[in-house]
Amino acid sequence: MSQHDHGAQPVILPPAEAWGVIRSLLKPSTYLQFVKEHPILSLIFVAGVAVTVNRFLIGGLAGTTNLDNNNPWGIWISFDLLCGVALAAGGYTTTAAALIFNIKGFRTAVKPAILTAFLGYSFVVYALLYDVGQPWRLPYPVFWSPGTSSVLFEVGLCVMLYVTVLAIEWLPNFTDWVGLPKISHIIHKCTIALTIMGIVLSTMHQSSLGMLYLITPSKLHPLWYSPQLPLQFFVSSMVAGMSMVIFEGTISHHYLHGRMSAEYNRDHDGVLFMFAKAASIVLFGYFFMKWVPIAGENKWDYLFDGKFAVMWWVEMLGFVALPCLLYALGYRSRSTGTIKAASALAVLGIVVNRFNVSWFAFNIQLRPEQRYFPSAQEVIVSVFVVTLIILCFRFVSKYMAIFSDHPSYKDHH
Amino acid sequence: MKRRHFLGLAGAATATALAGNAMASGHSFEGYPNSYGVLFDASRCIGCRQCEMGCNTINSENETKPWTTLPKKDPAYFADLKSMNDTARTDSTMYTLVNKYEPQALGGKSPVYKKFQCFHCKEPACASACFVKAFTKTPEGAVTYNGSVCVGCRYCMIACPWSVPAYQFDKLVPYVQKCHMCHPHIKAGRTTVPACVGACPMEALVWGKREDLIHQAWERIRSVPGTYLPHVYGEHEMGGTNWMYISSVPFAQIGLPENLGQTPAPELTSGALGLVPLVACLWPVLLGGIWQITQWKDRKAEEATQKAVAEAVAVERAKAGK
Repeated sequence: MSQHDHGAQPVILPPAEAWGVIRSLLKPSTYLQFVKEHPILSLIFVAGVAVTVNRFLIGGLAGTTNLDNNNPWGIWISFDLLCGVALAAGGYTTTAAALIFNIKGFRTAVKPAILTAFLGYSFVVYALLYDVGQPWRLPYPVFWSPGTSSVLFEVGLCVMLYVTVLAIEWLPNFTDWVGLPKISHIIHKCTIALTIMGIVLSTMHQSSLGMLYLITPSKLHPLWYSPQLPLQFFVSSMVAGMSMVIFEGTISHHYLHGRMSAEYNRDHDGVLFMFAKAASIVLFGYFFMKWVPIAGENKWDYLFDGKFAVMWWVEMLGFVALPCLLYALGYRSRSTGTIKAASALAVLGIVVNRFNVSWFAFNIQLRPEQRYFPSAQEVIVSVFVVTLIILCFRFVSKYMAIFSDHPSYKDHH
Repeated sequence: MKRRHFLGLAGAATATALAGNAMASGHSFEGYPNSYGVLFDASRCIGCRQCEMGCNTINSENETKPWTTLPKKDPAYFADLKSMNDTARTDSTMYTLVNKYEPQALGGKSPVYKKFQCFHCKEPACASACFVKAFTKTPEGAVTYNGSVCVGCRYCMIACPWSVPAYQFDKLVPYVQKCHMCHPHIKAGRTTVPACVGACPMEALVWGKREDLIHQAWERIRSVPGTYLPHVYGEHEMGGTNWMYISSVPFAQIGLPENLGQTPAPELTSGALGLVPLVACLWPVLLGGIWQITQWKDRKAEEATQKAVAEAVAVERAKAGK
């Protein structure tokens, strides 16, 4: 078990200088400096902007994607939407643990988790702008012509509300930074109400993403199609959230160590062990939950039938059972290395599951030559979006008090 | 959005979801009475593509909405019978298409043709999936699309069991395109039957009231024993459709999936959607309760600790006092 009591209190700029940082974002020299320091990121950025221009002004969806009438949804839905939302679940799992269940030692994990969730959801919405045909109409389902019988309406309404909740929850980081503590103070008074709203909305739209596929019993392979898809998506989102907190914490620790307060570092391993144990238990339950529809709908024969059976077993053994076991072993032996490996595997497992449901095991009625594979430009957009999330995360945690307490809260806890 | 407006919306969502749930438990919608439909007879179709041309003509020569107007095609395009195959599908430039199959049932050599277009479900998957209510099931039978609200999410294309809706992927302001059973043209009096039906020289397509068509289909099946399979495709598939098929070869061999079941698409999601308001009501109470309990327990534990400390201190003091 590692101890992290080292490290000085990170420096938080006084409000006057904060505005200076914001102003510097408007200067071209800031970006030239960035290009010099990060040539690879800049290259991704340029490629992303080029595809963006092509998508909206020149080629449209046909000129940028491999989507067609048989494959209306591609990697922008499979990865950016389904995986994006699942992997941003750390927001609700962490706030539930810290603020509702009042688990000691979770307080310092709340702000990074909220930042990740806020950026994750914001960029899910951003990526959707690329995918839908007329993105300027995105508010229509809520404000203009609500189709309340649609699962997608439910998803849209919840995601819209949740992004708002996350924005409010995140806002104090910004208002503290620029010196508007009154706003922070008002928001802090609403913490519990906001947290509960966040959990309720997360429950609803995490499960609704699975609900989207209930309408396609003839297109989705029987090993994945089940009336319990919504439940499976919700339960697996908890694993995704907790694993992502561990996974991301490890990376942040490596790159942003100088921004972390002694208290954050002291709590860090506690959060890791607690979530490792919880994720192990949830994965254990999820493993058996996945068998219920197989038994209930008598789908045993499919388990030994061709490549889909192999895919199902790989998902179940390699990406559910194995991370479950590793988490349990890592917790018992107090091995952070094992737990970190388990978290990477679990995060990958969520991607595998969402890809299976929305891509690999979907549209099975098509002939092999009609199946979808993403174009280079589609992949560029997805990489571009992930890069933007990382850059925003880095910027915010570099200047605002994400991994530490803001100096003005010295006496608050 | 005003708060009241939002609450109204949330209420509407709840009511719909609950109504949907009620529908799932005691399904009762029998479809619009006296709605019209078309019966296609695969044993009569000769693959002449006149229906395709009729469709293109009426929908390209009459400028209606952008999403109900097709680009004009050269008649020579429809005269090409050689290139017909079993893989082509409708796209955003056509509402209907005739596929050519060489089914195993006939030794794999003799051709059988099948016309493909929207099936006009009694309870359409596209309409229940659409989050802006762009699709309407008209009492006359057609399922129509209103592009003026369409966001372009393409969930209708995912939801449709036959993948009917096509999308203008190549446009910068794209719409869905799909057969509307000539609903705007019949309404405007430009035609009395769908253009494809009017163009068919073999009476492979018959227009009429859905109930009459089902009756007629079964009459045909019974009157020539051994010719047709005893199945009217669309009578029950996905809860029933207004466009139906009879055939002498198994439907699966002419590109019509037989594994769709009889459950109308909206029922597949209404049960789960019905649970949403339950979660929205139960969760806050439960979570609020848990929060209260943890707060209370922490406070009690704190008090107990302080009390124990105070007692210990008192004991020590008493000892020291002696």
